[in-house]
Amino acid sequence: MFEYYVFWIFGAILIFAGLRVITARNPVHAALFLVLAFFTAAAIWLLLRAEFLAIALVLVYVGAVMVLFLFVVMMLDINLDRLREGFWHHLPLALAVAAIMLVETVLVLGRGYFGAGALPPPGDPGAGYSNTKALGRIVYTEYVYPFELAAVLLLVAIVAAIALTLRKRKDTKYQDPARQVAVRRADRVRLVSMPAEKEK
Amino acid sequence: MTELAQALEGYSASLFGAEWGPALFLTVKYLVLIVCIALPVILCVAYLTLAERKVIGYMQVRIGPNRVGPAGLLQPFADVLKLLFKEVVVPSGANKLLFVIAPMLSLMPALAAWAVVPFAPELVLSDIDAGLLYVIAITSMGVYGVIIAGWAANSKYAVLGAMRSAAQIISYEIAMGFALVCVLLVSQSLNLSDIVNSQARGRFADAGLNFLSWNWLPLLPMFLVYFIAAVAETNRLPFDVAEGESEIVAGFHVEYSGMAFALFFLGEYANMILVSTLASIMFLGGWLAPIDSAVLGAVPPIIWLALKVGALLFLFLWFRATFPRYRYDQIMRLGWKVFIPLTIVWLVVIAAWMQTPYNIWTSP
Repeated sequence: MFEYYVFWIFGAILIFAGLRVITARNPVHAALFLVLAFFTAAAIWLLLRAEFLAIALVLVYVGAVMVLFLFVVMMLDINLDRLREGFWHHLPLALAVAAIMLVETVLVLGRGYFGAGALPPPGDPGAGYSNTKALGRIVYTEYVYPFELAAVLLLVAIVAAIALTLRKRKDTKYQDPARQVAVRRADRVRLVSMPAEKEK
Repeated sequence: MTELAQALEGYSASLFGAEWGPALFLTVKYLVLIVCIALPVILCVAYLTLAERKVIGYMQVRIGPNRVGPAGLLQPFADVLKLLFKEVVVPSGANKLLFVIAPMLSLMPALAAWAVVPFAPELVLSDIDAGLLYVIAITSMGVYGVIIAGWAANSKYAVLGAMRSAAQIISYEIAMGFALVCVLLVSQSLNLSDIVNSQARGRFADAGLNFLSWNWLPLLPMFLVYFIAAVAETNRLPFDVAEGESEIVAGFHVEYSGMAFALFFLGEYANMILVSTLASIMFLGGWLAPIDSAVLGAVPPIIWLALKVGALLFLFLWFRATFPRYRYDQIMRLGWKVFIPLTIVWLVVIAAWMQTPYNIWTSP
């Protein structure tokens, strides 16, 4: 019973944060509410005893992706009025998309595939049960090909991202730290021996 | 202790019913335990600030603070009182809510990560299976305090500091993560207690020389990478470009004053203690005694942990007194071009090593 109340609290926070992501006027606020939504979703996953996935969600999305996202949003100089300009113009299309998505969701969720009967809450797996080990065992045996495909896909994305931004300019000034470290005193300083001069 | 806990649980159940009694009892019990961990941590932070001033003072042939209390021992409390009575000035044009939240966000992860830290065998608040992952995830949230503080203050120096800090922390987190992956590879567990226990096994431990079978020796490059990355993650010298007094005055907390500033200070030092504790647990055998003997074994395990943490913290202070600040592009170069390739190569080396008959960690 206690768990249900915890779930309702987290669910309410998640929905509130999700709504604020799309209604907040300030993009930085919206990004921060998205962080809150991710964190709360991780908490709900913890209630489902999926601790590995929950912590991975916090680690990847909250700890890395959203930090970079915030980084970019803060650097942008966004004109809020310009952002709101096309609101009424685009509203009909947006409403149509939303309606289709709603119908699709209802069709999927209403068929009973995800009902309480089809998906009972996971019971207590008992002490010593390792969620991480169980997940690792499945990923590296049953789903090893999809898993490796995803890894290759990510690698391609990394290479592409670097290739897109890598520009070599001839006139760029840069330092070579290896050469900087290798510099000796004799290369830079010349000691000149001079006889002392007297003021006349 | 257990009898008292059971009696209290029974009392709670009789008071609030069978459904709510145990839940309420658990909540109160963990709140009390959290206070039992957080208070000593904050006290350690207070004395770490004093130790820093004293150590750096002696390194620079000064005496350091010695006026408040005997030998200056009450100096941290004087500092806290001073900061408590100062006004928290919110700059005009600042985002008030975020400005107030940011210091809390920087302190919160530094304290929350202690939940899974084992101080001695069985002496841990929450002995969760994915402890290492939890620590990485929670500490990676510390950067929000810095970014939000930098942005909310509506000051260009603060924003510059926040940008530097965000890029730096993200960069060094990768190397730090890979170093920790090596640790979990050889100890075959994400649980911090298991990681410590796995370091008590091995050829040298059988011969009684425990300290040679700790992770620092076979994973020496990873230990160095982890510790240097930890210094960078905590924004300490020589990596404290997020503050950079000489270039961007005080970086992200330039607009903060009074207790809000003290919270940043508290967060930074709590983080230092945390990463030192983690380094002790991961690489220096946690609560284990260095040599297997009756005399050293009689010392309480938590003392060993405290000694190791203290030694690492001294390194932090020593670095600060010794090294000049890194230039920003060189920090990035060190993180991306030196540490990340090094850790990836070492990860493959360790994985391959574990498959050979010369494997020293697991019995085949």
